[in-house]
Amino acid sequence: MNKDYVHKLAEKDTRIDGRKFDEYRQPISIETDVSSTADGSALVTIGDTQVMAGVKMELGTPYSDAPDQGTLMINVELLPLSHPRFDPGPPSIQAIELARVIDRGIRESHSIDTHKLCVTPGEKVWTVIVDICPINDAGNLFDAGALAAIAAIKNTKLPAIKDGIIDYKNKTDEGLPLAHTPLSCTVLKIGNKLVVDPLSEEEESYESRLTVATTEKDELCALQKGGEEPLTIDEVDTMVKLAIAKTKELRKFL
Amino acid sequence: MGYDKRLDGRKFDETRPIEAKVGVIKNADGSGWFRIGKSTAYAAVYGPKNLYPKFLANPKRGVLRCHYNMMPFSGMGNRVRPGTNRRAKEISMVTANALLPILDLSDFPNSVVDVYIELPETDAGSRCAGICAASLALADAGFLMKDLACSVAVGKVDDKVVVDLDYAEEAYECDAGVADIPLCIFPQSKKISLLQMDGILSPESLKEAMEAGMIAAEKIYDIQKAALKAKYEGD
Repeated sequence: MNKDYVHKLAEKDTRIDGRKFDEYRQPISIETDVSSTADGSALVTIGDTQVMAGVKMELGTPYSDAPDQGTLMINVELLPLSHPRFDPGPPSIQAIELARVIDRGIRESHSIDTHKLCVTPGEKVWTVIVDICPINDAGNLFDAGALAAIAAIKNTKLPAIKDGIIDYKNKTDEGLPLAHTPLSCTVLKIGNKLVVDPLSEEEESYESRLTVATTEKDELCALQKGGEEPLTIDEVDTMVKLAIAKTKELRKFL
Repeated sequence: MGYDKRLDGRKFDETRPIEAKVGVIKNADGSGWFRIGKSTAYAAVYGPKNLYPKFLANPKRGVLRCHYNMMPFSGMGNRVRPGTNRRAKEISMVTANALLPILDLSDFPNSVVDVYIELPETDAGSRCAGICAASLALADAGFLMKDLACSVAVGKVDDKVVVDLDYAEEAYECDAGVADIPLCIFPQSKKISLLQMDGILSPESLKEAMEAGMIAAEKIYDIQKAALKAKYEGD
């Protein structure tokens, strides 16, 4: 029923909220320092979608194959507070996919220079833990989550270390070594139309989906195709170019 | 000696700055936001809706379920690992019990009302902030309510009864010790629906602390009413 409606609107060149296919919702905003207990935090608003991200810095042991590098962890909590379809309990496959796609964008672009997060080689390194929590999911958690994660990372100040232990009460002036700022744009194929910044209803009605994460130099750093229908090379090419153009617009808010 | 001056310079009966909002989560049937000092709570109400599995349902009235959860970055120290823990379960239970007396769910047999409470930052008093936000969310959802729930911690630091302890005060080291008493108060009937305490306290100090809580609850009540009016007068 709903799916038919979304498709019929697409045939008539329109959407549920009357937007153009390549138009993001308004307002778009980023508020930082929204959690005093986090080492960095941000609240991203895209239309009615609101996503909070918070960073906690921890000290841990490095991986044996990268003894002089800090580590990164990205987690998504699909809070039942944010949408009636989310239930309490262990992470759903949707939460895991979201976290992994956002993680890949940040990790593969070498956004954070992990070599600079080494405290004692082979023994002690910083771990950057980013938790992404939707407050209201009205669609497009991929792009809003990626934006919130980068904004929170950018907002982070390292806590002080006292006698080898973190002193969370005292933050230093030192931020995270941020080399790149990857952001993503997710394009849906609904009927034969390509749609950005989907609403929840549109996310239940697409044939295929492509999330494209790019750096500030427009280099691709992560891709994730979703949906049941396959895509042609030309379709992928068009979706990637559309995503790059739209990410440039999103980047202005960072 | 004694505790002559509060660590953050507040008067002994003074709460930290309070802010409240309603209608902050569009997907929810009702929502509230409550901030006291650096403890912030969002609350969203979903329901009434059918309750499954059915053996959990009550044929006489709706069931209220509260879910208290700290966001992973909301603790003062290390990251809080996601998932349920004993503390969150207990707080969820006492939160539901604190709110139930002002609700009449007899119109919704076999149903459930879910209240989700999420904390982006905590600096003591987070269950109280959660209850205040939940009370706003239930009112925003349009439930018939006998009163609002105004929740605040009171306590004793060394020799002084204080209102709204922050984390530093809870951890203050002194001869007579610290007692922390989270309260939930219904300002109309002047009744108490949440009462917990940890620390060492005399019965006389408990009474004094509860009386101080009553006064603080009145202040919270005014802020909650203003938040509700601000939304509905704007419409």
